[in-house]
Amino acid sequence: MTSVLYDVPGPKARRISLIGSVIGTVVIVGLLAWIAMTLAQQGIFEGRRWAIFTRGDVWMLLGNGLGATLSAAAVAAVIAFPLGLMLCLLRISLVAWIRIPTRVVLEFLRGMPVVLMMLFVLLGFGTSQFVAVVTGLVLYNLAIFAEILRAGIQSLPKGQREAGLTIGLTSFQSRMFIELPQAIRRMMPSLVAQLVVLLKDTSLGYIVAYGELLRAVQVMADFLGNAFLFPIFFVAAAIYIAINICVSRIAVWIERRGSKKAAGGVAPAMIRTGLEGAGNDPVAKNIVPGPDKK
Amino acid sequence: MDVIIENLPLYWNGFLRTLFLSVVSGIIALVLGTLLAAARVSPVAALRGFSTVYVEVLRNTPLTIAFFFAAIVLPRLGVKFEQFEIAAIIALSAYTAAFIAEAVRSGVNSVALGQAEAARSIGMNFGQVLSLIILPQALRTVIPPLINILIALVKNSSVAGAFFVLELFGYGRQMANANGDQVMTVLLGVAFFYLLITIPLGILASTVERKVAIAR
Amino acid sequence: MTAFMTRRKSLFVAATAALALSLSACGGSTPGTSNPSVAEKPTFAANSTMAKLSSAGTIKIGTKYDQPLFGQVGLDGKPVGFDVEMGKLIAAKLGIAADKIEWSETVSANREPFIEQGKVDLVIATYTINDKRKQVVSFAGPYYEAGQALMVNKDNDSIKKPEDVKGKKVCSVTGSTPAGTIVDKYGAVLVPAATYSACLEPLRNKQVEAVTTDNVILAGFVDKEPDAFKLASDQTFTKEPYGIGLKKDDTEFRNWINDQLEAFSKDGSYKKAWEATAGTVIKTAPELPAINRY
Repeated sequence: MTSVLYDVPGPKARRISLIGSVIGTVVIVGLLAWIAMTLAQQGIFEGRRWAIFTRGDVWMLLGNGLGATLSAAAVAAVIAFPLGLMLCLLRISLVAWIRIPTRVVLEFLRGMPVVLMMLFVLLGFGTSQFVAVVTGLVLYNLAIFAEILRAGIQSLPKGQREAGLTIGLTSFQSRMFIELPQAIRRMMPSLVAQLVVLLKDTSLGYIVAYGELLRAVQVMADFLGNAFLFPIFFVAAAIYIAINICVSRIAVWIERRGSKKAAGGVAPAMIRTGLEGAGNDPVAKNIVPGPDKK
Repeated sequence: MDVIIENLPLYWNGFLRTLFLSVVSGIIALVLGTLLAAARVSPVAALRGFSTVYVEVLRNTPLTIAFFFAAIVLPRLGVKFEQFEIAAIIALSAYTAAFIAEAVRSGVNSVALGQAEAARSIGMNFGQVLSLIILPQALRTVIPPLINILIALVKNSSVAGAFFVLELFGYGRQMANANGDQVMTVLLGVAFFYLLITIPLGILASTVERKVAIAR
Repeated sequence: MTAFMTRRKSLFVAATAALALSLSACGGSTPGTSNPSVAEKPTFAANSTMAKLSSAGTIKIGTKYDQPLFGQVGLDGKPVGFDVEMGKLIAAKLGIAADKIEWSETVSANREPFIEQGKVDLVIATYTINDKRKQVVSFAGPYYEAGQALMVNKDNDSIKKPEDVKGKKVCSVTGSTPAGTIVDKYGAVLVPAATYSACLEPLRNKQVEAVTTDNVILAGFVDKEPDAFKLASDQTFTKEPYGIGLKKDDTEFRNWINDQLEAFSKDGSYKKAWEATAGTVIKTAPELPAINRY
């Protein structure tokens, strides 16, 4: 493994690093073992407490909660992305009376707590809980999507837009067909990260009593009693982490498939630390030793 | 409007609590996140591994569950806090640090290749390359995303209200319960005080962004 | 990397399959519920709310989903408790069977707006009658008079009365009425939690000195863990008359409900409702408080 940040470690450095790594690993494993032991002493891992997971209705409730979480997140993401794209275009418009009000709106949406927006929609417009949750998520995430895409467009070399205009595209066409596609690809990691945030933010729906996964978990812990609090929360944490990692991985996979088809991207010289999966842009990959080279 | 003016002391208390939680957690998260990012690009495999696992797990966990571990599991392990604010700060900063680490790492990746090569060619070691050459340049480009993360932190602090800490949103719910006839007005007041923190941060982000913008 | 991906995917597929499997398994019924006999074709004055509801054959009732013994949602998603029984009794008098009631969760912040917007016909949700609320909704009842109490650790003899908690940490639910009282009247330091059961852990760990809410709910916790907790005293220190919230100035409907409540008390169905729910913890059924006909 090499990186431009440091020289290839010599035998001595490698030995020190190995010893350090072993000690560090032992300490962490020891710590985890101690935590597990302490909790076990308090009876957290007794079979009686975990037996609830053999019950059908427990899984049914978890399944319903998961369904509610995923459906709210999916609908919100599908609505928020195009809206974010639109607002991004308005935000970088050359016309001041479009650009400035858009900026004010985005600034406001970004600064408002999502829980409050959900409550306002529910109480102010008398919508269903699902609509309130989705609207709250859309309003916040469209602002973030718009900001991410704008950052992406602005990080492109100026030549891209100039070239577009030179071949006779209008300003709008250049944004749509030249700049945005590149910006989306370039900002894919941030967009996916935001998607995960959106998925997790569905848990804020508790405020309007939307029955998503975390709410289901709390209801269950309340109903079954305090003894089952720990098992239920451990399982909930595991479900969330598994799903979010799945979302991230699927996105990485889609991204990689997409970039194979695309023609060589534009890549300013970037420092590759050799850690971000395979290189997404072939140019950079050729300059810098990636993880696949020894 | 009267209900907001009547309860102004409560709003102000809540505002200060939220501000306190956000500032302390923000500072801890910035330090911790930068260290994690440094570990992630370091030559030591174990550090890279630890940092990667930490960031992956924390980023994919809902904040509520992070709070559960800090406020309920930790006391079971014998770590008991006199003040629940400490649990809230642990949860908020541990969670936010993962996002900051990711942002800083992407900043490191955006620094031109020649910078690190030049630094190494004049004999700098990893620590020097990172702290003297790469991070100062990286931080400049990541300030806008970092501020976005801090804005999210301010709003996330409202989750503490469910875990034994009174803050702005908790006071808001208290006031909404006491003033059933004016729920919307009470909540609008809460929104105003959040915006009082987040909007200036947002404006700061775009100002910094304009100042440090690199022409390409 | 690819191998990792595949493993993740198969994990996800396995998890989905497990969920689907458990979805088909069905949960059992919840204890503590009853089916009051439904009135057949009751007659009401034309255009009254009762007539409308009766001919519609359905009623929307808001209740809390996280108040043990009063309104708590079970694993099957249906609420159970004394409030719920009251709702069923009233619906039965309108000729509406228990399974035709549309329950929805009302949290403290949305009770008044839900009634005003007509999203619910009634709110039976441990809803204390007070003057501020009377300005926007009307109350039938009270159907029960709760009183606030304190719960402490079994070995704690230093707290007997509410005056003893001055300057001490007391846990209660964020934004609830008992939380307000203990702070404003008795100068306790509030430690707010999401639900009452969430207060148990800090109490057990001695991070708070007491938990406060209505005595019946606390009695429920003591009943489950008599070796860990006890009530500080049998005396309550507030009076919380629980009313049934309905649209403001629908006096006809309010009077009708009041009449029904008195009838429930006479024919023993009030007592039966208590015994099926809160009576599992507090054996002696309360008398129906004097109805407040304003």
